[in-house]
Amino acid sequence: MEEIVKGVLAGNRRSIARAITMAEDNTPEAQKLIAAIYPHTGKAHIIGLTGPGGSGKSTLIEKMVREYRREGKTVGVVAVDPSSPFTGGAFLGDRIRMQELSTDEGVFIRSMATRNYAGGIAKATKDAVKILDAAGKDIVLVETVGAGQSEVEIIKVAQSIVVIHAPGLGDDIQAIKAGLMEIADIFVVNKADRENADKAVMDIQAMLQLNNKETAWKPPILKTTALTGEGVSQLVKKLEEHRHFLEKEAERKKSLLRAEAELVEAVKEKIVNVVIDELKKEGKFEELLQKILDKKIDPSSAAEKLLSEKLKKAAHNA
Amino acid sequence: MQSKKKIRVLIAKPGLDSHDRGAKVVARALRDAGMEVIYTGLRQTPEQIVETALQEDVDVIGLSILSGAHKALFPRIMELLSQKGLTDVMVFAGGIIPEEDIAELKKIGIKEIFGPGTPTETIIKYVLENVPKRA
Repeated sequence: MEEIVKGVLAGNRRSIARAITMAEDNTPEAQKLIAAIYPHTGKAHIIGLTGPGGSGKSTLIEKMVREYRREGKTVGVVAVDPSSPFTGGAFLGDRIRMQELSTDEGVFIRSMATRNYAGGIAKATKDAVKILDAAGKDIVLVETVGAGQSEVEIIKVAQSIVVIHAPGLGDDIQAIKAGLMEIADIFVVNKADRENADKAVMDIQAMLQLNNKETAWKPPILKTTALTGEGVSQLVKKLEEHRHFLEKEAERKKSLLRAEAELVEAVKEKIVNVVIDELKKEGKFEELLQKILDKKIDPSSAAEKLLSEKLKKAAHNA
Repeated sequence: MQSKKKIRVLIAKPGLDSHDRGAKVVARALRDAGMEVIYTGLRQTPEQIVETALQEDVDVIGLSILSGAHKALFPRIMELLSQKGLTDVMVFAGGIIPEEDIAELKKIGIKEIFGPGTPTETIIKYVLENVPKRA
């Protein structure tokens, strides 16, 4: 197993493939493997792509990978398809649209069946993402079947979520029900060369306006035509923006925590000054110390007694 | 939850065939037998097929060919497999392959050849019985 861990960290494709299989088969060793690589994760931008079947996810992903490759970034793709609930078998055909990428050394594509897990995300998907991240991929794309509302599971895996839709796939409103609507960081109307594309955009816009919750990130709606690659570079740019937003957000949270620590420290200092100085001035400090030495009162109770008196006075003065 | 080891099969079409009905029938049959089948689509180079087998970590590869180019493409695939260390992957083939070529293909490591009209049950049974055991 150490061999595989080393291989994964070195970006060896065979090791990556084997590691993902271990995660899929959920062997006892898989847990150890994930634990071993975990410290090396956290560098990749993990992007989830979901939407109904026929919206052109695989084709769009193929074009996105090409765009990332042009920028010199390495990419991992995990394409999730459903397992049969009856036989447990699965037909994994998403690679068909990405086959030309197979021999690109900067790209690793893995098909994955949902096995017994509901929600369109196999448990192993999370591990596969970690493995690709640890293997040094700059971008990890996770494509899942558009099973509708149950797709929200993807939020547990990805940092940025793209919900893909296409005009003419039944009722536009139906396709973007609550779950998907809420998890999307970016909406894509693919197959934008079709005549109803603008209507699809407007439908999504209308749905978004009903959402009156104030959020710092407003999900944009982009139009793409995956077949020709139109709009794909804008999508990649938007994703980069979203990543920056997430980083800033994390930075802001860290700053908040730092501010809190400083404030608590400052308050402590002030209280000590106020209470102890006053005690000293009143000449009661030494008296109290003596009481503690004589075991008439313990330090903690003494402090409590003091504070309740002092704070009462402070509150009264305020 | 401990799940059972799944058999992963790559069904690939090397070369310039323009239809893949047979390959899809076999893929479907293996899927219905509970296997995870990765399908590559038409017109694959040996490099693409072997690289896909590697990334997908399959146990079995099924090659389907109708163009008559098997004598050129199959040896290349077997060579690449051994180059990449994928010697524990079982390879079978099907399609239009003349009787007299079979011995030669088996010599380079193709485990079995299924001609047109082979019942899918035969292929399923063969895969189940011959899938390499992994440590």
